Amino acid sequence: MSQLTVPEAGYTGYVSEEHHHDYAGDTLLGFWIYIMSDCILFASLFATYAVLSTSFAGMITPKELFDLNFVAVETALLLFSSFTFGMAMLGAQKKNMTQLMLWLGITFAMGAGFLAMELYEFWHFTHEGAGYFTSAYWSAFYALVGTHGLHVFAGMLWMVILVVHLLKDGITDTNFTRLSCLSLFWHFLDIIWICVFSLVYLMGVM
Amino acid sequence: MANKATIVTDPHPIFGKLTWDSIPYHDPIILTTFLVVVMIGVGVVGAILYYGKLRYLWDEWLTSVDHKKIGIMYIIAAFIMLIRGFSDALLMRSQQALAVSDTSGVGYLPPEHYDQIFTAHGVIMIFFVAMPLIVGLMNLVVPLQIGARDVAFPFLNSLSFWLFVVGAMLVNASLFVGEFAATGWLAYPPLSGLEYSPWVGVDYWLWALQISGIGTLLSGVNFFVTIIRMRAPGMSLMKMPVFTWTSLCANVLIILAFPILTVTITLLTLDRYIGTNFFTNDLGGNQMMYVNLVWAWGHPEVYILMLPAFGIFSEVTATFSRKRLFGYTSLVWATACIMVLSFMVWLHHFFTMGAGASVNAFFGIATMIISIPTGVKIFNWLFTMYKGRVRFDSPMWWTASFIITFTIGGVTGVMLAIPAASFVLHNSLFLVAHFHNVIIGGALFGYFAGLTYWFPKATGFKLNETLGKWACALWTIGFFMAFMPLYVLGFMGMTRRLNYYDNPVWNDWLLVAGAGALIVLLAICVQFYQIFASIRDRKKNLDLTGDPWDARTLEWATSSPPPFYNFARTPEVRDRDQFHFMKEHNLAYKQPESYSRIHMPKNTWAGIVIGLLSGVMGFAMIWHIWWLAIVSTAAMLISFIVYNFQKGKDYYVEVDEIVALENEHFAKVAQATDASEDGEYSVRQRGTPLSMPA
Repeated sequence: MSQLTVPEAGYTGYVSEEHHHDYAGDTLLGFWIYIMSDCILFASLFATYAVLSTSFAGMITPKELFDLNFVAVETALLLFSSFTFGMAMLGAQKKNMTQLMLWLGITFAMGAGFLAMELYEFWHFTHEGAGYFTSAYWSAFYALVGTHGLHVFAGMLWMVILVVHLLKDGITDTNFTRLSCLSLFWHFLDIIWICVFSLVYLMGVM
Repeated sequence: MANKATIVTDPHPIFGKLTWDSIPYHDPIILTTFLVVVMIGVGVVGAILYYGKLRYLWDEWLTSVDHKKIGIMYIIAAFIMLIRGFSDALLMRSQQALAVSDTSGVGYLPPEHYDQIFTAHGVIMIFFVAMPLIVGLMNLVVPLQIGARDVAFPFLNSLSFWLFVVGAMLVNASLFVGEFAATGWLAYPPLSGLEYSPWVGVDYWLWALQISGIGTLLSGVNFFVTIIRMRAPGMSLMKMPVFTWTSLCANVLIILAFPILTVTITLLTLDRYIGTNFFTNDLGGNQMMYVNLVWAWGHPEVYILMLPAFGIFSEVTATFSRKRLFGYTSLVWATACIMVLSFMVWLHHFFTMGAGASVNAFFGIATMIISIPTGVKIFNWLFTMYKGRVRFDSPMWWTASFIITFTIGGVTGVMLAIPAASFVLHNSLFLVAHFHNVIIGGALFGYFAGLTYWFPKATGFKLNETLGKWACALWTIGFFMAFMPLYVLGFMGMTRRLNYYDNPVWNDWLLVAGAGALIVLLAICVQFYQIFASIRDRKKNLDLTGDPWDARTLEWATSSPPPFYNFARTPEVRDRDQFHFMKEHNLAYKQPESYSRIHMPKNTWAGIVIGLLSGVMGFAMIWHIWWLAIVSTAAMLISFIVYNFQKGKDYYVEVDEIVALENEHFAKVAQATDASEDGEYSVRQRGTPLSMPA
């Protein structure tokens, strides 16, 4: 039994020297855990979509509307923006502000392009008679795809705030941790989009 | 209740749906309550201003990021909400005692009011009493048990608290402005849809739960990271105190379950606000999907409330049996098993959905399997007591009462897990009796045990023991009288949520239940008096050493109340029962020779400001005051960005200040040693190894 073990000489019950705590590590783990919970949020929306995937109520079906070529471009924009964010992070690691800003800018632009295409698609579908109010299927479609879009928008807003931080203070440790979190977030949105693309669009035209 | 004719369908551009008719001033019950609340409110605010304590309140409490203070505020808020939730319970019990056709007719509560009362009762007791009690205790205890100086994200902790407060305030506002949901605590559609609940009741429900739910989610992430990363050196996972273990599992459940609630509530919000068709009767909507989603959150929620209570009982049993906990490893694994299984049983809440025999059999068996790890725990506690030298202080009274009460509740739970039996008993008072049996007899008694146990740690003095034992006895008797009749009534076919019935046979049992509720009322009064009397007589019950119970875990190694930095030197852990280990080896109560400065977070305005703005946003959304919703959302975002750009959020506590505080503590310890040379729990005795029975 451990209660019988006698502590070594010099043991006081307290550390002999206080160590510096790794706060950045806390933040990164916390952000990972947040992403896991966000994953559950999307899982619930995917489940909702799956349950309602044939609840057309006699209204227009996705097969009549989905254009895979259009979605392919959207997908490409988002997937490449993950690559460009990776380049930005390489710049941050090298403390190269120019490289960081350049690639962040490209990432932002690609995110904006993705979002613009998505909004156009929503407008177009609604115009064709498939609004969020049309049937349970379309409600689920807009909720799932829209929530992803909202996340992309939040990521872009965050990017703007982070650029201000970077311009003010440079690539400090704090800012690097922030960048790492945003980078996690951005890649996470990519993974979600791959699921959206497969489950919603590919299966939607089948 | 406001006349439905006053419902505004076309919102005013400035006031939304809000009109003078929204205030139910013609209802005497509500008007009286409102006046009393206003008087108390004016009294409290007046007293704060009169004594000039506003600054103190703001600096030391409202903006505090100290986990101990946040914990205390959670618990105070929970007790205030307990008064409201319990008043609802008394209203229901008295209504059912009166409302039988052959005695006095229909009682005194009209159906639309009664429906709001049972909804509010459920919502308040789960979200605004049980949750803050347990989150409050976690705040108070977990960082101390693991030897940390605060939680991982102190600002988020403050924000979580204020989001919870806002949720509670919205529920209370619904009493005086508008109405609350009349749908039952989980607001099933289509009843909670726009068609059948056209006014603001369900909207209050939606926004109160959404806002406080996000707060809980943030707490979950915060405590998970705290426990994983901030344990003192040497404290491996299997050396963690059991309360920390059960809190860890509860927080994993929060992280995994609360996003489902967020989505479910959001979808219902969309149905009600913009006309989507998730849960509507037409256009392909699916109400059973709501029921599935809400219980996929709801069942884990049961264990979020329950697991930490199990942890409390483990700490209490070990301390008051003066033994190591029997079967620590099995208890930890049992907790982890329950954590996983809690996600695999949600369908037992609606066997009657018609999922088919195979599906029902799966969920029935999965539910019964949960009773195995739960049973393991009961044996852990029993065998800890076995051959221990058990001290019956009041926390142990709660524990003893719990073991009996909870076992009965567990057994009726296994009965309900049989799908065929559930078809007969579902929606009956048998079910109501069952879940009160486990939530009161399990979770709530656990929180009371924990509050009594850790009260001296938080305040520096013990609660009055005699009154504590009276409270426990009255709660137990009251509980059995109030709820055992409901089991019988369930068998007699009485369904839940009735505000009127015409079977006179039921009335006798309901009178007994009503009398039981009055005994519980007495118990609660005793508890409030206990708090008052203990504060009044605090000099008699001072805890000078920081260890009033001769306890075993690290939170007792520091002073009571602990200094704001918790531990002047970071503990280095060698044993599961670290403080007991230190006492055995004569390491406790030794002042270190030197200190070094300590890194601490500063208080912040951001938590309370963002929290209260979210309340404005919620209120605006409920009443369709769109401009205000936009303005307050923008203000929240701006506040957050401003906070984000703020520098100097932390500082170092200098050695001088630490030395002063620590000297004060060790002077008190010396004083306690002198005063209680022959006392039963004297420091001298604590310093020596306790002889263990073979």
